[in-house]
Amino acid sequence: MTLEFLIAALVTVVNVSTPILLAATGELVVEKSGTLNLGVEGMMLLGAIAGFAITYIAGDPQWSDSAPWLATLAPWLGVVAGAVAGMLGAMLFGVLALTLGANQVATGLALVIFGTGVSSLIGAAYVGLALTPFDQIFPDNLAQDPVLKLVFGYSPLVYFAFLMVGAVYWFLNRTRAGLVLRAVGENDVSARSIGYSVIGVRYAALAFGGAMSGIAGAYFSMVITPLWAEGMTAGRGWIALALVVFSGWRPGRLLGGAYFFGVFMTLELYAKASGFSFLPSQFWASMPYLMAIVVLALMSARESGGAEAPACLGKTFMPDA
Amino acid sequence: MQILNRRNFIKTAAAASALPLVGRAAFADEPLKVGYIYLGPVGDYGWTWAHEKGRKAMVEHFKGKVVADYVENVAEDASATPVIKDLAAQGHKLIFTTSFGYMDQTLEVAKAYPDAKFEHCTGYKHADNVATYNNRFHEGRAVQGTIAGHMSKTGVIGYLGSFKVPEVVMGVNSFALSAQAVNPNIKVKLIMIDSWFDPAKEAAAAETLANLGCDIIATHTDSPAALQVCEKKKLFGFGQGADMSRFAPHAHLTAIEDIWGPYYISRAQAVLDGSWKGGGDSWWGMKEGSVVISPYNKAVPANVVAAAEKVVAGYKDGSYDVFTGPIYDQAGAEKVKKGERMPLGTLAGIDWYVKGVQS
Repeated sequence: MTLEFLIAALVTVVNVSTPILLAATGELVVEKSGTLNLGVEGMMLLGAIAGFAITYIAGDPQWSDSAPWLATLAPWLGVVAGAVAGMLGAMLFGVLALTLGANQVATGLALVIFGTGVSSLIGAAYVGLALTPFDQIFPDNLAQDPVLKLVFGYSPLVYFAFLMVGAVYWFLNRTRAGLVLRAVGENDVSARSIGYSVIGVRYAALAFGGAMSGIAGAYFSMVITPLWAEGMTAGRGWIALALVVFSGWRPGRLLGGAYFFGVFMTLELYAKASGFSFLPSQFWASMPYLMAIVVLALMSARESGGAEAPACLGKTFMPDA
Repeated sequence: MQILNRRNFIKTAAAASALPLVGRAAFADEPLKVGYIYLGPVGDYGWTWAHEKGRKAMVEHFKGKVVADYVENVAEDASATPVIKDLAAQGHKLIFTTSFGYMDQTLEVAKAYPDAKFEHCTGYKHADNVATYNNRFHEGRAVQGTIAGHMSKTGVIGYLGSFKVPEVVMGVNSFALSAQAVNPNIKVKLIMIDSWFDPAKEAAAAETLANLGCDIIATHTDSPAALQVCEKKKLFGFGQGADMSRFAPHAHLTAIEDIWGPYYISRAQAVLDGSWKGGGDSWWGMKEGSVVISPYNKAVPANVVAAAEKVVAGYKDGSYDVFTGPIYDQAGAEKVKKGERMPLGTLAGIDWYVKGVQS
């Protein structure tokens, strides 16, 4: 097992973990504000098709002939489009669950179905098309180097994910706005009585969460496999939701948890290819989830485990006034 | 007033006497309704897309005498049963279930609807009104393996599989045997991802295979994801179910294309003629034109193209079969004697890999 082999495997781990990390980071902020938005999978798919479609249209030769800057800008426009699409999905959830007071679990699930359907509908026109992957931004001598590519070989979205985890940690724990958001999530009635707009803060959190999920979806259709296929996120949104709980709503642990999942998902593939076939392949496929259960059990055996969820998570807030 | 009086009796008798005429007229005009259930979306540009092409070809051929409906994204579990039942209840007299995982569900519905006819793709269970049909994809795999055997520089080639079902196992074996005929020391690394369609996982698995030294990767899953990875890493790969060269112009060496149209036309014709019989298996291949090799990439050298074409010609005239002995399994036991061909019946239920496959 050479260093290069190990590095290449770790690069795969990062690629596998990043979309889950992006979506989970957004969902963490949403849940910290007290809303339970289960619609991550739907928002990811909306982001995936929006990102693909806008990048494809912007990169179309007929435009770039007269405006070459458009071709270089295309993937960035795609990422923004993905974020906006995810945000729109989240806003739809907000209108139903926050303003109209609908049950958050049901609305979230409805968003999943809605996102899957709308993305398939729009995506029908984009099947069979391909993009150049939105990949390395560092020059070849850094990004293709067998060892240095562990740091330099990724798509901009990977670095963005790292930055956002740090930014979310700083925001939640070191800023006043973050404190307000946490307060809204822990005790909405008190926050309201002090004068903060609970619904407004939750909408803002939803917007952020939707944008992050949308970017996570765009990661699928623009980086991992630059094509559009219905349902291409294949359940990663649910893993992101589980990850938020698994991390105890702490951004640092979220980063660790995402890579934990990524390691096991990649380990499954290496084990299969290297001949560990005395264990059935389904065992390897279930390893990430089994390990998650083991870790959760260990965590809740400790004193503080289990009581970390925001107190108002999932509770509808309907002020009398 | 009594219901059963003379006026009512005449009315109902008149109406009843007209019924046979109405019935006969409707039957003569009514087109044959054919139903399809698909595993994935018609836009998967692979397996389901090929079936959809075949369905469209059939409808066009019969010009109104046959109408066909389809349901896509049907999961391979108990939820497929109500979907098939629904098609049968709506009057579809010929129903194609296009994936292995619909086997038991098809049989269950067939029992409840004895005068509807069912055809299950790539399965092996039959009934009076259930037939199975398959495609000799492994003939295409033999072409891929021949090319891979010639062109692999590392001596390690990869196979991205889905589930350990006979259809996939025979594909792996065909790929391995034909590559070994060119390079006896070649190794085939196999990853089964337990899914027919998961682009992100297919990409990760292809990266893994590439990392383990494979420089040519064949795929048995339904999206072009693995090919895109090959393109990125400047390796080679093959398209699955359709020509996927637009996704990987440099990496795509060739593809196996499934041409289902002629088969569907022949089966609908059999139902219209009344000659359709259940209980049997149809297994078409290159000879019948249901497996076609798409154009070769410029990167394939002329002598390799010639070798590949020789395999195709051999299958078309029956002189070549990749499953000709001696064939050994992974433990080294001889499964097929020298010079003998593995019977199709054994092949249809095969569950072991040949020597040289690392799984």
